[in-house]
Amino acid sequence: MPELSRRRALTAAAALAAAAGATTVTAAGSASAVTTAGPAAAGAHDHGLPEPFDEVYKGRRIQGRAAAGGGHHHGGGHGDGYAVFVDGVELHVMRNADGTWISVVSHYAPVADPRAAARAAVDELQGARLVPFPAN
Amino acid sequence: MTVRKNQASLTADEKRRFVAAVLELKRSGRYDAFVTTHNAFIVGDTDNGERTGHRSPSFLPWHRRFLLEFERALQSVDPSVALPYWNWSADRSARASLWAPDFLGGTGRSLDGRVMDGPFAAATGNWPLNVRVDGRTYLRRSLGTGVRELPTPAEVDSVLAMATYDMAPWNSGSDGFRNHLEGWRGVNLHNRVHVWVGGQMATGVSPNDPVFWLHHAYIDKLWAQWQRRHPASGYLPTGGTPDVVDRDERMKPWNDTSPADLLDHTAHYTFDTD
Repeated sequence: MPELSRRRALTAAAALAAAAGATTVTAAGSASAVTTAGPAAAGAHDHGLPEPFDEVYKGRRIQGRAAAGGGHHHGGGHGDGYAVFVDGVELHVMRNADGTWISVVSHYAPVADPRAAARAAVDELQGARLVPFPAN
Repeated sequence: MTVRKNQASLTADEKRRFVAAVLELKRSGRYDAFVTTHNAFIVGDTDNGERTGHRSPSFLPWHRRFLLEFERALQSVDPSVALPYWNWSADRSARASLWAPDFLGGTGRSLDGRVMDGPFAAATGNWPLNVRVDGRTYLRRSLGTGVRELPTPAEVDSVLAMATYDMAPWNSGSDGFRNHLEGWRGVNLHNRVHVWVGGQMATGVSPNDPVFWLHHAYIDKLWAQWQRRHPASGYLPTGGTPDVVDRDERMKPWNDTSPADLLDHTAHYTFDTD
């Protein structure tokens, strides 16, 4: 995971600060997230959560963090306990068995982690607002 | 008996009738119900939980039944219509007749991905996007930008050569024919085509683009070709698998059909060629 750079670590720290205690990410949790972010890792039964993030990407605020309610939102826990937001609207994300992620606006193209899924969503949206799910 | 034909060989009249039937389903509201159903399954099917329409062995029989429902709806409008299929390993460019204005229309403009020609262009007023994941109400495409190349015949052949239908853990991490055809593993056939088309086809509400049906009709044909090539290989798993539709278990949302009931497509339709 070459990308766990200083920048990324700082972003995670900033997001933690921003979350103001809404979530607890332990050192062990972070380490687990690092090892499961790549396609080769871990597999189906590793429930370590990716690190939270909070940044402005192409003019839009993207955030990711542990989901409220222990990941059982909407009865499915699709994001395996992790929720992603674009300008405050939740983006439906899902973790694949190999540790990669997809979102409802990019459902057939897995990426390495939830932040990459959020950025792919911003690219795809071209400025459009997200419709809160479940749609309709 | 319904005969599903290669889209490239449709006559002008066949194209016109197919388009008219699709537009009538849209006008009546029946079309959007298919989009809603698909999105509900795509967000509900998970690798570690219940999975039926995608990332699971029932990906193929589920879509076979889903397409049958859609084809029957089309035929209730015009009994002469059958679903055509798009062999994307042969008709692999944005210049294919599939994308001409007399059929599905072409790619989207660069500004916003909006499809500007053909019967499904927003400007016609006939194709509003009602079931959607974002604010945009117009059909979008970006042919060949999300990924540059459609699968080749050799790549298709390499997947058809896989003798085992599916394998544990029966999800996106599986080895075997189903998951390689679906595309979560290996050369990536089905998933890659969704990405190549772009626009709504790359999202959970992919049936908003009528090419969804032609893509899946070809995936369905590849399943039939695989069966002929591996007559000794059957649907797996055959029983007792949590969260997964076993061969004789009924599938949601219909609850009246099992994969076993759908293995032989000739009960419902045939293809123009092998």
